[in-house]
Amino acid sequence: MPVVYSLGLFIAILFIVSLLIYIVATGSHRLSWSLLTNFPSSNPREAGMLPAIYGTLWTVGLSTLMSFPLGIATAIYLNEYSGMEKLRSFLQINLNSLAGVPSVIFGVVGLGFLSYTLGLGRSILVGAILLAFLTLPLVTVSALEALKAVPDDLRFGGYALGATRWEVIKSIVLPRALPMMLTGSILAISRAMGEAAPILVISGLLFIREVPASPLDRFTVMPLLLYNWISRPQLEFRELASAGIIVLLLMLILLNAVAIYLRYRLSRRR
Amino acid sequence: MSTLISYSKTLKKRRLVSSIVHNITFIAASASTIAVVIILATLLNESLQFFEKVNILEYLTGTQWTVLFEEKKFGVLPLLNATLLSSLIALGLAVPIGLAIAIYLGEYASNRVKNIFKPMIELLAGIPTVVYGYFALYFVTPQLLRFFLPDIQINNILAAGLMIGFLIIPIVASISEDAIRSVPLDLRLAAYAVGARKFEVVLKIVIPAALSGIFASIILAFGRAMGETMIVAIAAGFRPILSYNVKESMETMTGFIAQVATGDAPYGTIEYSSLFAVGLTLLLMTYPLNLIALRVLKRWAIRY
Amino acid sequence: MMGHEVLEQEFKLAEELGKVRDEIHIKVEELSVYYRKRLAISNINIEFLKNKITAIIGPSGCGKSTLLRSINRMNDLIPDAIVKGRVYLDGVNIYDKSVDPVAVRAVVGMVFQKPNPFPMSIYDNVAFGVKINGLTRNREELDRMVEDALRKAALWDEVKDRLDAHAYELSGGQQQRLCIARALAINPKVLLLDEPTMSLDPVSTAKIEELLYKLKSELTIIIVTHNMLQAARVSDYTAVMMPNEKMVGTLIEYGPTKEVFTNPRDKRTEAYISGKVG
Repeated sequence: MPVVYSLGLFIAILFIVSLLIYIVATGSHRLSWSLLTNFPSSNPREAGMLPAIYGTLWTVGLSTLMSFPLGIATAIYLNEYSGMEKLRSFLQINLNSLAGVPSVIFGVVGLGFLSYTLGLGRSILVGAILLAFLTLPLVTVSALEALKAVPDDLRFGGYALGATRWEVIKSIVLPRALPMMLTGSILAISRAMGEAAPILVISGLLFIREVPASPLDRFTVMPLLLYNWISRPQLEFRELASAGIIVLLLMLILLNAVAIYLRYRLSRRR
Repeated sequence: MSTLISYSKTLKKRRLVSSIVHNITFIAASASTIAVVIILATLLNESLQFFEKVNILEYLTGTQWTVLFEEKKFGVLPLLNATLLSSLIALGLAVPIGLAIAIYLGEYASNRVKNIFKPMIELLAGIPTVVYGYFALYFVTPQLLRFFLPDIQINNILAAGLMIGFLIIPIVASISEDAIRSVPLDLRLAAYAVGARKFEVVLKIVIPAALSGIFASIILAFGRAMGETMIVAIAAGFRPILSYNVKESMETMTGFIAQVATGDAPYGTIEYSSLFAVGLTLLLMTYPLNLIALRVLKRWAIRY
Repeated sequence: MMGHEVLEQEFKLAEELGKVRDEIHIKVEELSVYYRKRLAISNINIEFLKNKITAIIGPSGCGKSTLLRSINRMNDLIPDAIVKGRVYLDGVNIYDKSVDPVAVRAVVGMVFQKPNPFPMSIYDNVAFGVKINGLTRNREELDRMVEDALRKAALWDEVKDRLDAHAYELSGGQQQRLCIARALAINPKVLLLDEPTMSLDPVSTAKIEELLYKLKSELTIIIVTHNMLQAARVSDYTAVMMPNEKMVGTLIEYGPTKEVFTNPRDKRTEAYISGKVG
């Protein structure tokens, strides 16, 4: 009987493996440093990912700068300060609701509200804000888990010495919870790097020739550039897309490896 | 002791710092609530603009969607149909496979096997969706599906649905596995005690007991499937037609949004507002699903 | 007959005088505590005497810890806990509006049932309270205070060469003494201990009882204990708590330890003590 159930696992693994093999087979020969350093061009032999890489680094970087403190502060409020049960579950429900909103909707709302109503333009800043809110539930949940993992005994020990709530959080709880919070943040970065839909709506399929210089500039990100290349009929662009996918996947693997390493280091702590 | 009162006074500064932090973190915690409000408000506001020009009845019942053409028709049914079709195909793949994985990893596999394969399954959710789209367009359809269905179009809803299916397997597998694992030992022991064999216990006792958790996972996966954009944009194409032929290219709601975004509709045009109307429709379909699933999970977590 | 009466009066006077010499440090008046609208302890009236060790004994769940926590306002940290009544520390009601609970806890220290050292070095554990309360900015003075506290907690000799070692490297008994040192470092006037030796072996237990005995000349000590032998060994005064018919904790007996154990006034005390000891 277990054989039947393991079929499910088998199919899933087979899929992943064949996907990866196909990507590598069709794209590895187009891998080169110039792929990373060139600008996009209609000539597939010269096209590169540079502005998109910058765009990804800018938006994901900015969004992390926003979501990390916001998520941790939220978790601190929910776990350490909040007294009223009703308020807390209300806030938590909305956090979960945010997690359920399709990513493309973030793009649509971002366009209407941030780009036009607030006049922020179709800029990196808007993209970063969207990614920040998109990943906020993820960061908050892992920060919450990290805080809950700190035993209450430690908190009581701190209070009993005449420490205020913030002093207990700052000196006892946070140092203990921070590593686990970092892991969650890295997962959020991973997610943000792969998102194309909201950026597509904000930014469109631009032919960006320049490296962005400020958060208010127009931009594109790696997954979007890949979408662009995938949509081109020429075979060379298809192979280019494959190579680009390999680059993106390698970056994600690297990022997740760091997260796994952190988690391993954590479990060795007392 | 007067020192207690005087010490209380000197504490004021430290107290103040703690209160300030309290207030700051509260504001942070309200951020997601504010975001939800902004999302709903923006969608509603712009949709109203849309429905000032478009008859809502035509929108909901019309079978032609030609918003980007000269002669504009605003029936959303083709988009809705394609969304549902792709999502149902996705579920058709993800539910059996996801459940099988959940049962296998939860009941039969050793810890070592679990630790190796569970992260691999999570990988399915971590692969950027453009990659799925690429795979569907350039491999699944031409090399695989064409073998079974020679007349399948290069863009088709079937390939898109299947890819979305793989994408959402981890949702079904992970939550169902949690549900299965939480079924109390007593129930299983009781079944074994009357002579049931392992597969009978799993099939007749454990799965029914975990059913609400499994159900919630399916609902969440369904919602996720409906919201997927890049896979359908790449693999399913931009043909807004109302059809049940999965070999055809069809445009989903999210596909339409992607199409408009690619085309860059100027602010204030009907194309621009249609983005919000379709977005609102999508949200109204996925949001309740999310709430239901979370409610089921919460109630069920309390029970066990 | 008159002589007998005079003698009685003299005895009574001597008793009163004796009591006055034993100063009242903490006076609990009509204290009741509710957890989520359910009454946990009711109408407790008791006076704890300065520089004495008072034990609070009673069956589990009768509210001993709740009473203890009311003395350093730790109950304030439990959501849905309501405290009614007054607790006077040297004449000041600690529940008065002008008193900050954080201030109370700097003056009334607490040691918990399970040792809970912070995940830091031994030195940092002891120094923590000192730094938080800003008791010194001088490194040398801090070193001295840490050593002082560790000596009083009978731990100095065992850790003096490894103050930087992580607290978790210590044994259970050592960790508990570390927690005592940590509490002592901020020079509290009162030390509350909630079943401090419950999870410890007899040797560690004895060490802690010994150090408490030495500490009482500087502090007022209140110790909740399950172990009646411990109460009998260590304390000068004993309070007995029992749940009443409604499962609410009440104080049924209080007096010098010797009297409570040999000649208790309340029948329930006698039953409890003989049930356990006899």
